[in-house]
Amino acid sequence: MARDDVKTGYKLIGTRPNRPDGLDKVTGRARYGADFSLPGMLHAAVVRSPHAHARIVKIDASKALALDGVKAVVTRADLPTGLTGEDLNLQDNTLAGDRALYDGHAVAAVAATSALLAQDAARLIEVTYEVLPHVTDVDAAMAPGAPVIREGVADYSVPEGMHGNVARYMEFGHGDVEAGFAAADIVREHTYKTEATHQGYIEPHACVGQMGEDGRGEMWVCTQGHWYIRRMSAAVLGIDAANLRVTPSEIGGGFGGKTTIFMEPLSLALSRKAGGRPVKLVMSRSEVLRATGPTASASMDVKLGMKKDGTITAGQVYFRMQGGAFPGMSPIGEALPCAFACYDIAALKHEAVEVIANRPKAAAYRAPGSPMAAFAVESLVDEMCRELKLDPIEVRLKNGATNGSKSSYGPVYNVIGLKETLEAAKDHPNYAIPLGPNQGRGVASGFWFNHGGETSVSLAVGEDGTATVMIGTPDIGGSRASIGLMVAETLGIPYEDVRVNVVETGALGVNEPTHGSRATFASGKAAVEAARQAIAEMCRRAAADWGIDAEAVEWKDGAAHPAGPNAGKHPPMTIGEIGSKMGSTGGPISGHHEVTAEGVGASFGTHVVDVEVDPETGRTTVLRYLVVQDAGTAIHPAYVEGQYQGGAAQGIGWALNEEYVYGADGRLQNPVFLDYRIPVASDLPMIDTVIIEVPNPGHPYGVRGVGETGITPPLPAVASAIAGATGARIRSLPCSPPKVLAAIKAAKG
Amino acid sequence: MRYHTPTSFADAAAIAAGATGTLRFLAGGTDVLVQMRAGMVQPDDLIDLKHIPGVDQVVQTPDGGWKIGIAVPGIVLGGHEGLVRDWPGVVEGMSLVGSTQVQGRATLAGNLCNGSPAADSVPGLIAAGAMVTVTGPKGSRDIPVEAVPAGPGKTTLAKGEVVSSITLPPRGKNGGDCYLRFIPRTEMDIAVVGCAVSLRLDGDKIVEARVALGAVAPTVILSEAAAQAIIGTTLDDAATAALAKAAEGAAKPISDKRGTKEFRIDVAGVLARRAAQIAYDRAKGPSKGSQA
Amino acid sequence: MSKIHVTTTVNGDPVEFLADPRETLLDALRNQLDLTGTKEGCGTGDCGACSVTVDGTLVCSCLMLAAEANGKRVETIEGMAKEELHPLQRKFIEHAALQCGYCTPGILVAAKALLERNPDPTDTEVRYWLAGNLCRCTGYDKIIRAVQDAAAEMRQDHRGAA
Repeated sequence: MARDDVKTGYKLIGTRPNRPDGLDKVTGRARYGADFSLPGMLHAAVVRSPHAHARIVKIDASKALALDGVKAVVTRADLPTGLTGEDLNLQDNTLAGDRALYDGHAVAAVAATSALLAQDAARLIEVTYEVLPHVTDVDAAMAPGAPVIREGVADYSVPEGMHGNVARYMEFGHGDVEAGFAAADIVREHTYKTEATHQGYIEPHACVGQMGEDGRGEMWVCTQGHWYIRRMSAAVLGIDAANLRVTPSEIGGGFGGKTTIFMEPLSLALSRKAGGRPVKLVMSRSEVLRATGPTASASMDVKLGMKKDGTITAGQVYFRMQGGAFPGMSPIGEALPCAFACYDIAALKHEAVEVIANRPKAAAYRAPGSPMAAFAVESLVDEMCRELKLDPIEVRLKNGATNGSKSSYGPVYNVIGLKETLEAAKDHPNYAIPLGPNQGRGVASGFWFNHGGETSVSLAVGEDGTATVMIGTPDIGGSRASIGLMVAETLGIPYEDVRVNVVETGALGVNEPTHGSRATFASGKAAVEAARQAIAEMCRRAAADWGIDAEAVEWKDGAAHPAGPNAGKHPPMTIGEIGSKMGSTGGPISGHHEVTAEGVGASFGTHVVDVEVDPETGRTTVLRYLVVQDAGTAIHPAYVEGQYQGGAAQGIGWALNEEYVYGADGRLQNPVFLDYRIPVASDLPMIDTVIIEVPNPGHPYGVRGVGETGITPPLPAVASAIAGATGARIRSLPCSPPKVLAAIKAAKG
Repeated sequence: MRYHTPTSFADAAAIAAGATGTLRFLAGGTDVLVQMRAGMVQPDDLIDLKHIPGVDQVVQTPDGGWKIGIAVPGIVLGGHEGLVRDWPGVVEGMSLVGSTQVQGRATLAGNLCNGSPAADSVPGLIAAGAMVTVTGPKGSRDIPVEAVPAGPGKTTLAKGEVVSSITLPPRGKNGGDCYLRFIPRTEMDIAVVGCAVSLRLDGDKIVEARVALGAVAPTVILSEAAAQAIIGTTLDDAATAALAKAAEGAAKPISDKRGTKEFRIDVAGVLARRAAQIAYDRAKGPSKGSQA
Repeated sequence: MSKIHVTTTVNGDPVEFLADPRETLLDALRNQLDLTGTKEGCGTGDCGACSVTVDGTLVCSCLMLAAEANGKRVETIEGMAKEELHPLQRKFIEHAALQCGYCTPGILVAAKALLERNPDPTDTEVRYWLAGNLCRCTGYDKIIRAVQDAAAEMRQDHRGAA
């Protein structure tokens, strides 16, 4: 459905060439975080708290250090003091200070000559804990009498009288909400809950760190953003960022979870203590689930007013989100603006609190905050559509945001594609397929802001007329291919003549991570600018050769051409010719662009899902699934579809079975893939996609980020489809079979 | 850790009897290695049983039953025509354990001796009336499968004893069995509830039945009440309703991360009903119409 | 702790190494033999990233001790391409059946084992066979299409050769 079969002015953009790293990845040669090794390398293991909340009374590593082959142990006492703010939070999360704040919190680390030995040594490190009261649920953490798990977390925004676990408060809105509700034919209000989920990337965190006593170090690490790793690790260890060189490996998935540090500085601290020997640190799956950054859990009140014709007159939300034991990680600042971003409603009120609890420090997860907000708002919209017997797509079209709408959170939308996604969903054959017994259909729309961010890209023309592009955003899902396509299109050369490399921190200016759906947008935009600089230089070289003004030279099809009335007749000079002579015509030819990229185009999508529910067991089967989303321009449609399908699959998992399950003891009950149930191949149908292309005016080729919106609609769409199949509305995710069966029985009375 | 590769069960039993620290037997290893990796178990002695002759064999017994070696992996059972013909419920129980990859390693004996109340292969074995041979320092003895599990992670075997084979009785005429489990996904989960039914018909009437329920008590339950609910019936609606009620009554589950107590009780009844119907249809055999 | 001498064949090459008795085949492949194409995603047999075949049977190398591989024939992702890529490898690239690529080696090894047993599987058969191979990026859609396209091509080649 992309532009494969649509005529455009582009030669390469919109085609589906093989990705440059494909061969390495199908042969096992691609090197991920745990695949690096160095001479003399040690292996590390981490001692973690088995308690949700405990004072650390004593750490005795003497038995571990007595083992032959154990080279270093680090505890918090080995890290510098005096950090403040988020640096202190990062340090506190890397190694607990006087208190362990969640099950899995790192307490000590050990390096030894083998991984098995390091694990043995870790078991011999004796930690004496004094167990403290804990709380893990978001609502429980705000309840009167809940233990205050860290004093003084509240920032200036928190009103007087709120519980000590409330770290932040937000509110905004517009219009007269009460008047809006008064004007409605029906006003409905419900509370919705989502449980924390994990990104579930298949590659556990892994790094090799090396640092000498002079505080200069190197790290090889799987990450979405190696400048973040550098800055954060340097802060935690009290060293200068410039003295740390960080090289990203290939990355085995991130989805936001690899945008920060968890254990990386420990490899450097251990290395320094072990005389500078490199140290490899690889998390186990249970460490990943217990001690990296899942998303927040949420409890959300929503109130909507609707007229009988489907006009939404007013909306109000109050979100409570728990992001672990550290402030700043709960995505209320994203969830609130996303709540009504798909709508143009006259009166809205948004309120939210961030709450801390004895859980791991949350991290970003694909459109952080948006899926929860969508679950709450889109579920209630669906409930009211069913009550008023209105088509859910028509209601969204009636109330939907469009070009020039003032968004629910303030800015005016420029050119957006929400209505196009709704129209395409309505016209798609899936929307007309008759449903059988115990089957239901759900519809929901979703939104993500998209992101630009700090971006630095270099491009060098080779002597043979090929181009090397240096980017700083790790390639998770094919961005080297899409950036290569844009550069090749710009230079007018074959795709195969462009090589895009993700380079280390020493090779470019600071880059933000691959996050916020920004890599193809921002690194792509900067790469196009860098290519244009190189083109300008090549035009100057040709002009000099021809003895004409550079302005009289134009670039097309990979060559300089004389242009204009006074340019004279010269045969085109190709990039290869210019490249081959660069040494004698002025030196190397390159382009470079750095920018805090602006002009992101907002992303909208609409999903339609059909499910069948076993009325005797409450088990849900997804029968068919449709993703319609605006890509702006699909540079490499196959990888755009891949983002849509992958986002939908994660959203389906969140809707149906994924959840963090904590016991009464505050320990995570399901830190293995056996019980943290992400969708397996046999759980899913084919995921149909429609790529809408409403080009983003803020990008030279019209790109909008496509990575994140896709995870947002599945949560409400699946729950709404279950409601259609059973008559039972699940307002608390996941829609696990016990919950669905209980709701079916309750609905039957 | 010491890794042993005895070539007879007598030797294995002798090593086990002499072990002073933590001991584990290794067949398919799909549970033991997970426990070792998680640090739950750090064996001092690990006895790999796969070097003992015959452990990878499935052989027919003189009376027409089947003797299954303790290292026969699921994928071999699933491909064994005779077993699939005679005891499809036993085979499908084993086939549900883990992934294709796990099927390449996991064994009936391991699934049984791991002691999980949710083990997928155990209800089918119990419903079938399977026996295990246990070899110890004092020789061998035969006991019913249901006598092996003692609770989560525990068996009744004495120190030095090891399961040395599993024997299924002859299927005989007009018999059928089935195992169903409930999991939230389609694959890769531990059973929230499991149910096996084995029965025999005389004409349209059920004359023998055994109903075993998994994951609803510390060990797999063999429910006499559930069996009695369908014996003497043609598995009509009244019989299946009585069966469901009996299964619900027999279930004594807990609420945990995989399911609530109420859910498990409900689903035990549902699965018993569905499994009995499949077992009944299998016992009837393909109708003449569908044979054509 | 004394080590165990293991003699085995990996991708057709005879190899010998000393294994810690607790060392898994996965760790031995990666750390002793430098065959890092086989990945660890969970260490508990739930994700399939460590899939290899041992004497032709598909297994999780994390659930097998290195010592157990003694005398066996092990095949890993590194042995899949002979003079040219296996059709599955080629189709995975062409169909964009990988995003991060971390699960890809295990899925390719598993899919190859499937097509050797069943050259013409249904989509459902492919999905159930691969249920132990978690992919978090793709939603599996393009993986199923790539396996089916490779299977079709292999059947065609087989017929052509016959």
